[in-house]
Amino acid sequence: MSLKPTDVRNIAHLARLHIDEADIDRYAADLSSILDLVDQMNQIDSSGVAPLSNPLDATQRLRDDEVTETDQRDKFQKIAPDVEQGLYRVPKVIE
Amino acid sequence: MAASITEIKRGLNKGEFSSVEITQDYLARIARHNPALNCFISVTDEIALEQARAADAALAKGEVAPLTGVPLAHKDLFCTDGVKTTCASRILDNFIAPYDATVIENFKRDGAVMLGKTNMDEFAMGSSNENSSYGNVANPWNTEHVPGGSSGGSAAAVAAGLAPGATGTDTGGSIRQPAALCGVTGIKPTYGRVSRYGMIAYGSSLDQGGPFARSAEDCALLLQTMSGFDGRDSTSAEQPAPDYSGALGQGIEGLKIGLPKEYFADGLDGRIAGVIETAIDELRKLGAEIVDVSLPNTGLSIPTYYVIAMAECSSNLSRFDGVRFGHRCEHPVDLEDLYKRSRGEGFGAEVKRRIMIGTYALSAGYYDAYYLKAQQLRRMIKQDFQQAFDDVDLILGPTTPETAFKIGAKTDDPVSMYLQDIYTISLNLAGLPGMSLPVGFSDGLPVGMQLIGNYFDEAGLLNAAHSYQQVSDWHLQVPEAFQ
Amino acid sequence: MSEWESVIGLEIHAQLATKSKIFSGASTAFGADPNTQACAVDLGLPGVLPVLNRAAVTMAVRFGVAIDAEIDHRSVFARKNYFYPDLPKGYQISQFELPIVGKGHIFISPAEGEHKEIGITRAHLEEDAGKSIHDQFPDQSGIDLNRAGTPLLEIVSEPDMRSAKEAVAYARKIHSLVRYLEICDGNMQEGSFRCDANVSVRRKGDQKLGIRAELKNINSFRFLERAINFEIERQIDLIEDGGSVVQETRLYDSERDETRSMRSKEEANDYRYFPDPDLLPVAITDEDIAAIRASLPELPEQKKQRYIDELGLSDYNAELLTASRETAAYFEAALAAAPEQNAQLANWILGDLTGALNKAGIDVSESPITPLMLTQLISRIADNTISGKIAKEVFEAMWQGEGDADGIIEARGLKQITDSGAIESLIDDVIAANPDQVEQFRAGKDKVLGFFVGQVMKQSQGKANPGQVNAMLREKLKS
Repeated sequence: MSLKPTDVRNIAHLARLHIDEADIDRYAADLSSILDLVDQMNQIDSSGVAPLSNPLDATQRLRDDEVTETDQRDKFQKIAPDVEQGLYRVPKVIE
Repeated sequence: MAASITEIKRGLNKGEFSSVEITQDYLARIARHNPALNCFISVTDEIALEQARAADAALAKGEVAPLTGVPLAHKDLFCTDGVKTTCASRILDNFIAPYDATVIENFKRDGAVMLGKTNMDEFAMGSSNENSSYGNVANPWNTEHVPGGSSGGSAAAVAAGLAPGATGTDTGGSIRQPAALCGVTGIKPTYGRVSRYGMIAYGSSLDQGGPFARSAEDCALLLQTMSGFDGRDSTSAEQPAPDYSGALGQGIEGLKIGLPKEYFADGLDGRIAGVIETAIDELRKLGAEIVDVSLPNTGLSIPTYYVIAMAECSSNLSRFDGVRFGHRCEHPVDLEDLYKRSRGEGFGAEVKRRIMIGTYALSAGYYDAYYLKAQQLRRMIKQDFQQAFDDVDLILGPTTPETAFKIGAKTDDPVSMYLQDIYTISLNLAGLPGMSLPVGFSDGLPVGMQLIGNYFDEAGLLNAAHSYQQVSDWHLQVPEAFQ
Repeated sequence: MSEWESVIGLEIHAQLATKSKIFSGASTAFGADPNTQACAVDLGLPGVLPVLNRAAVTMAVRFGVAIDAEIDHRSVFARKNYFYPDLPKGYQISQFELPIVGKGHIFISPAEGEHKEIGITRAHLEEDAGKSIHDQFPDQSGIDLNRAGTPLLEIVSEPDMRSAKEAVAYARKIHSLVRYLEICDGNMQEGSFRCDANVSVRRKGDQKLGIRAELKNINSFRFLERAINFEIERQIDLIEDGGSVVQETRLYDSERDETRSMRSKEEANDYRYFPDPDLLPVAITDEDIAAIRASLPELPEQKKQRYIDELGLSDYNAELLTASRETAAYFEAALAAAPEQNAQLANWILGDLTGALNKAGIDVSESPITPLMLTQLISRIADNTISGKIAKEVFEAMWQGEGDADGIIEARGLKQITDSGAIESLIDDVIAANPDQVEQFRAGKDKVLGFFVGQVMKQSQGKANPGQVNAMLREKLKS
């Protein structure tokens, strides 16, 4: 599997990662070699095998519906890059 | 200085020295040696001394918790309330965690002292600690070599005696591989044994916290504190942890140990194979029965692991977006610019590679070929182990295919780096516990042996390792420069 | 127009009425200061993990049982990945494969006598996003994450509706159901119940579905109807002018009464769904489902059938009375006090009371006339204390807060005249004053009787018993 520079740009966009244009070819090569490694999976026929998402095959535990959290806004917003009037700020979102 | 945690506990309880004294000793060692090793991202002297003073007060009152006054280091991906928690990433360089991970809470509950936060591969992605935005860590046995990764800082700190014990996390070998390369003991418990709450995620279905120490005996103490059910982690196992220390010393007479032939095949450094053979002979002498087993899908574990880990990380790392915490780029012109530059500047090259592969593997049209396929192979790999454990109590092999390589030797070839994990990652896929313990040297660099246990049989692993360590002293070796 | 057929499916997001969020212990209460109800988990801080709220699961299953849906023993949460500032983790925890509620159905009655079954494809649990506030700062948007993590049940219908009216009937039916089930407060203004509509058109007889547009931002049933109608017209015009519909998300603007394309969502989304590794499959046993089934209240369909079978109400009245939980509760409270008056109660509730409530813009639960007050009023008609006409006056007075029916009748002297002597004298006066009409009646023009009754009633100020007046007039005029 070989990725072209346009593929890298598309993936980087989907992942919201800025990649310098000068590095695109390098990423294309690295990612392609990783995909070659990954393609080894196709050596094995796994048809009919149930996928395993959690190693223990366990089931979800449920929490009682109780309010256990208190307001910690000041503490949480102390580490935020841009906060005003209790709101996190980002460049204007246009809908 | 090569005090064990067991010895420190004894000394503190007998009043031979105070927690403040021992803590100061370690802080002094860190001050002296860390510049050469770069094990620590943050040294928390003030907190350490404050906790040590509190520990001494408690000891004076006879209030002794399991680790009261014992200084330890924590991998810098456990959130520590009020303390910088970076994951060795620029994107979290300014991140003061506003809460404690469950593991950190447990150590506080049990009276431990925090010396600092250790270096690592960025977001635990790496096998050499070269992917840290705080610089690489040097292997105390030869500072031109890597300590392994991703928990390289913790392993090196314990090896160099900058901490008697440290925490790590293991997603594909990140405790066992650096333990092997640095000549210390480390255990990755069963998935679900140690809470992941507050442990910044890399591959959620693979990540598991565990301790490093010189010996299995010390690891038992630390694992005891780390283990246990946590209601804040849906994947935490509702299984009470047994008394690990109490399970030591049972011997291994009659224990059936399997050697997977795939772990001794091509790719394994012959010198390592020799060292491991010698250790196996020791175990035989201790009464273990050694048999052959097969884990036929071992070769597929690397591609399977990387697909799953990268897919999960591509999603797990989306929250680092420059909005609520962490690095934000200067003067974003719009939202897209904010995201792309904050993340582009904040993440290193390996993290970006993994996010991109994961994004690709999950994207429309590729899901079945990559993610679903990997999940199917994951089950097959787990079934290999389940079959093997029908016949044996433990599985044994090398931890790594080679000893610590030179810094820079593999940085240009991500795939060759990934192959370092060949013997360790299948355990994460299966969720099984495993540990690495030092069993000798090759060209002056430590060799690690891996023991693999059945689900939740950490006690069995620790007991076997302890039995070996009772008749060997590899775990007591300290590099000359740090004695 | 008539050669076109519209095809509509709805996606309804019902906020579940839990106390805490779906994956955290933060409160879901509406209206708190920004970000004061966003805990570490809701903010997606590094290292935090979700733990599923049992009540959210139970509520989803309640809904599933009520629409007769398939409920799988295993249900899986998945991550829907996309970047947006109100989505803290960069993914929404939702369900993709294996939703908690599978195929089900519901019956709607879009007009009197019409019935239609609407298929429900699935209903799945997911977490709500936060809110972006655009008017607080000049160049920036503010993000409030209080709502982030509020449990939602997304109910996806089949494209079974063929008009805006049917779509509204379906939406109302679901709205009523979730309130009957006490799993959602249904408050559309606060966004507790939101409808997105998938609308397409095709030429009648075509089997293939047309290209659909997804309409968002609809916060009332009235707007739902208008948005769909606008969109149907827009698509037909577009195709008839030689254009073609693009698959896109369109925002309904209630001020301009139009839908318009959402620029920011134009980009093709690739959500990269995969099972959330932080959550395990939810196991639901047959025993769980049976216990939830046993705990259900009487559902609107069952209630309606009971009203028809046991009370003899018309299908239409039964449908209307059960359309909301509150209306049915009002009816049943009144009925308990006057069981034999069920038809009258139904007429008064669906007629005068509903009219007054609509005019005042209030809910039946806020009615100034309580069920018992209405029962008393109807009893006074039945026992001939007042006529139906006077009753309207009493109703109006009760609405204005003048007291109960007996008090008003007493205070205003509205008691019906049943004394035949008094009525007779009124009749005599009227006959004497209208000799021409008397002639006409006697000549066989029977309908003049109505004129006389009207005159007598007028003289009595409406208080004479109309039946009595009628009978006595006939006697008098014949003689």
